[in-house]
Amino acid sequence: MLGKLDWSAIPFDEPIPLVAALVIVIAGLGVLAWVTVKGFWPYLWREWITSVDHKRIGIMYIILSLLMLIRGFVDAIMMRTQQAMATGGAAGYLPPDHYDQIFSAHGTIMIFFGAMPFVIGLMNFVLPLQLGVRDVAFPTLNSVSFWLTASGALLVNLSLVIGEFARTGWLPFAPLSEIEYSPGVGVDYYLWAIQISGVGTVLSGVNLVTTILKMRAPGMSYLRMPMFCWTALGANMLIVAAFPILTATLAMLTLDRYLGFHFFTNTGGGNPMMFVNLIWAWGHPEVYILILPAFGIFSEVFSTFSSKPLFGYRSMVAATLFIVVVSFTVWLHHFYTMGAGADVNAAFGIATSVIAVGTGVKIYNWLFTMYGGRVRFDTPMLWAIGFVLTFTVGGMTGVLLAIPPADFMLHNSLFLVAHFHNVIIGGVLFGAFAGLTYWFPKAFGFRLHEGWGKTAFWLTLAGFVLVFVPLYILGLQGMTRRLQRVTVEAWVPWLDVAVFGVFVMALGVAAQITQLVVSIRRRHELRDETGDPWDGRSLEWATPSPPPHFNFAVQPHVEGEEAYWDIKQRAIEEQRLGDEPHYEPIEMPRNSPTGVVSAFFATLIGFALIWHIWWLAIVGFIGAYATFVVFAWRDETEYEVSVEEVAEADRARRAARQAWLEAHGQTA
Amino acid sequence: MSATTASGFPGHDPYRLGGSHGHGGHGHGHSATGHGEGGQASKLVTVAYGFWIFLLSDIIIFATFFAGYAVLSHETAGGPTGSELFDLNRVGIQTFLLLTSSFTCGLGSLATYRRDMAWTQIWLFATGLLGAAFLFLEVQEFVQMVEEGAGPSRSAFLSAFYAVVGCHGLHVSAGLLWLGTMMAQLFFKGFRPDIERRLLCFNLFWHALDIVWIAVFTIVYLLGANQ
Repeated sequence: MLGKLDWSAIPFDEPIPLVAALVIVIAGLGVLAWVTVKGFWPYLWREWITSVDHKRIGIMYIILSLLMLIRGFVDAIMMRTQQAMATGGAAGYLPPDHYDQIFSAHGTIMIFFGAMPFVIGLMNFVLPLQLGVRDVAFPTLNSVSFWLTASGALLVNLSLVIGEFARTGWLPFAPLSEIEYSPGVGVDYYLWAIQISGVGTVLSGVNLVTTILKMRAPGMSYLRMPMFCWTALGANMLIVAAFPILTATLAMLTLDRYLGFHFFTNTGGGNPMMFVNLIWAWGHPEVYILILPAFGIFSEVFSTFSSKPLFGYRSMVAATLFIVVVSFTVWLHHFYTMGAGADVNAAFGIATSVIAVGTGVKIYNWLFTMYGGRVRFDTPMLWAIGFVLTFTVGGMTGVLLAIPPADFMLHNSLFLVAHFHNVIIGGVLFGAFAGLTYWFPKAFGFRLHEGWGKTAFWLTLAGFVLVFVPLYILGLQGMTRRLQRVTVEAWVPWLDVAVFGVFVMALGVAAQITQLVVSIRRRHELRDETGDPWDGRSLEWATPSPPPHFNFAVQPHVEGEEAYWDIKQRAIEEQRLGDEPHYEPIEMPRNSPTGVVSAFFATLIGFALIWHIWWLAIVGFIGAYATFVVFAWRDETEYEVSVEEVAEADRARRAARQAWLEAHGQTA
Repeated sequence: MSATTASGFPGHDPYRLGGSHGHGGHGHGHSATGHGEGGQASKLVTVAYGFWIFLLSDIIIFATFFAGYAVLSHETAGGPTGSELFDLNRVGIQTFLLLTSSFTCGLGSLATYRRDMAWTQIWLFATGLLGAAFLFLEVQEFVQMVEEGAGPSRSAFLSAFYAVVGCHGLHVSAGLLWLGTMMAQLFFKGFRPDIERRLLCFNLFWHALDIVWIAVFTIVYLLGANQ
């Protein structure tokens, strides 16, 4: 009846996961109870859970990501403290079995449920606004994508309480991940969680590629798109092209584990090295899926806060597309030591060094954007400048690792760990935080508190350096990654510094949370009246903050690069706004519970397959099919926003702009 | 300051791209919708385009399975090889069935353009029958092979074989489910624009499966039979 599931799945003998799970469950129930008591369910259901508004979905992606970032960070704290404590013969507090699950969960959560939803959420929120359109190409599909991602995140976190998580690292290398060596449900949790959220990611990629290529406002030719749209296009093309490789590879591993296939086994002619090749054929493009949107965010931030157009726009476009293509030709540098031979290694080493050129072009463009500009050091700009410094170091150590002979010494060492954290934290995460601070006023109508934002930046930067410089040094001294205990005395001082650094980073996290709380409490003084708090240049700043659900009362006509800057400069020059446009009713897509309901069934299917509860899986499939049929049977797919509502919203916006023009126009 | 009435102000050129298409007026310019400066594409174009992108991602799944097959096709682990197992007559019939189903599917879309409900349904039904017959032969083949002791766990070659052929078969099955649902929907709702868009997507899907089958037929069966 319940497959492999019984009471032994609950880790009663392991206090740490049990207590952690209890805390999460109690906190979760507390939130649910609070929502129920306050009577927020109808509001949440109507305005958020069933919403197909790209802005709401983007915000939900980011909330999911922030929660998962905290979960992944707790894992990081546990690993750092364990390594610092388990020295000189001490065992530390995490048994090997649990420690292995923690480093696997840390990587899985941070990449798939921390970083990915963050950048996808920002792209969702920003792209239609920057392109001057009212929604993405497929609004309901967008909701499905989000909820499938949330379903994957739920399954990963469920493994904390029911059963176990993979002990194989964040990429379940075969044959370790085969049923023979990993007989438990840990790898199965990994497989189904990633497959379900992976479907969501591919659908989101399809959606955003179509949006960018087919849904731009009139006049918005490709070379008039803001740089963020370009890098988002690159990232989403990579999602469409690379994620299916992950899906197929994990499907092969699933077939091996469930039905006795021999794709990656040691026996029957299977080829474990094929797993490593296939997974990195996805894995390397994945790195660029994460970093390209961050590059776009930095481009927007550097240009806005330097009060200048982006330097070298066209070379930036070329560099982005260059990275998209070349990212598929470097995967082998993840496993030079597997022994493909000197020629192959050399070819991939050269390709890897070449791809850094594209990034180098971008770094110079950002520096030249600042050159001669009136630079304002608001929080997003601090993250951006911090990024240039840290990312350049991370890029240089990457080029070092690209050299096969050097990599043979550094492979699987803490030097590698420091390198990829250097580019992911210093690149993706700083970019996400810059984007969060930059677009927060657009989303909620008030700014984040600058003082706490700057505090968070400096603490995070200092903590980051304190953690990862020691790891670089330890790596050069020969310390390998994923050690559950440390026997070399000489490494202990550096491990202690790294622990100290992790607590500084924790203060940074605390500062970010404080920033959020303080900003919400003081939202009236931080209010963004005009919708253009940073003196922005692209179309999202033409809308009020927060934008109405239809984004633009009348669709903008783009006349040149930097669409909104033109409009603003003309208004300042002429000391008046353009004439009031002729308003018309707007058709908007209806809300739909399809996303959340299909994700519910996806979760059932995933859970059932993990525990071999076959009947439940069948129920889940039938339920998912029924959900889509019900959706397909709808007769009313859109509703009309009345002229009065459109006009009222736009007149309020124009009044705010007029007031701004009278107060500041002369000096601007 | 209004985002909406930006006429008459020559677009500036901060990125030094030159020739900033300096037509005053409305920027509608010379392009059709969905291209260049032409503004949003129609719903039909957007849906079909998005579905193409999805199909490309689906074809990459197949490409990965083909890559796996290419690596493992000689790893028979002492078990039977393709030349011992494959019955090219059956595969020939399967190919005929599937290609014909693509033809009937195309006839169905022509009937849809004519708003001819009866013939649309008839051709869709014929497509479904041919697809089901194809699947029947495939299942028969699998069952026979498993009975002969050539199941997927016999060797890596067979694992890859079942995965790549089975992946295609799974797509055809999903296609049949979709087809049945579409026929019911068409029956109850008639030629609504959204249903026509879905029919277009179904057509794309079905033809794409045909293209993939050509690759399966060639790479797996024809090359395998001469192993």
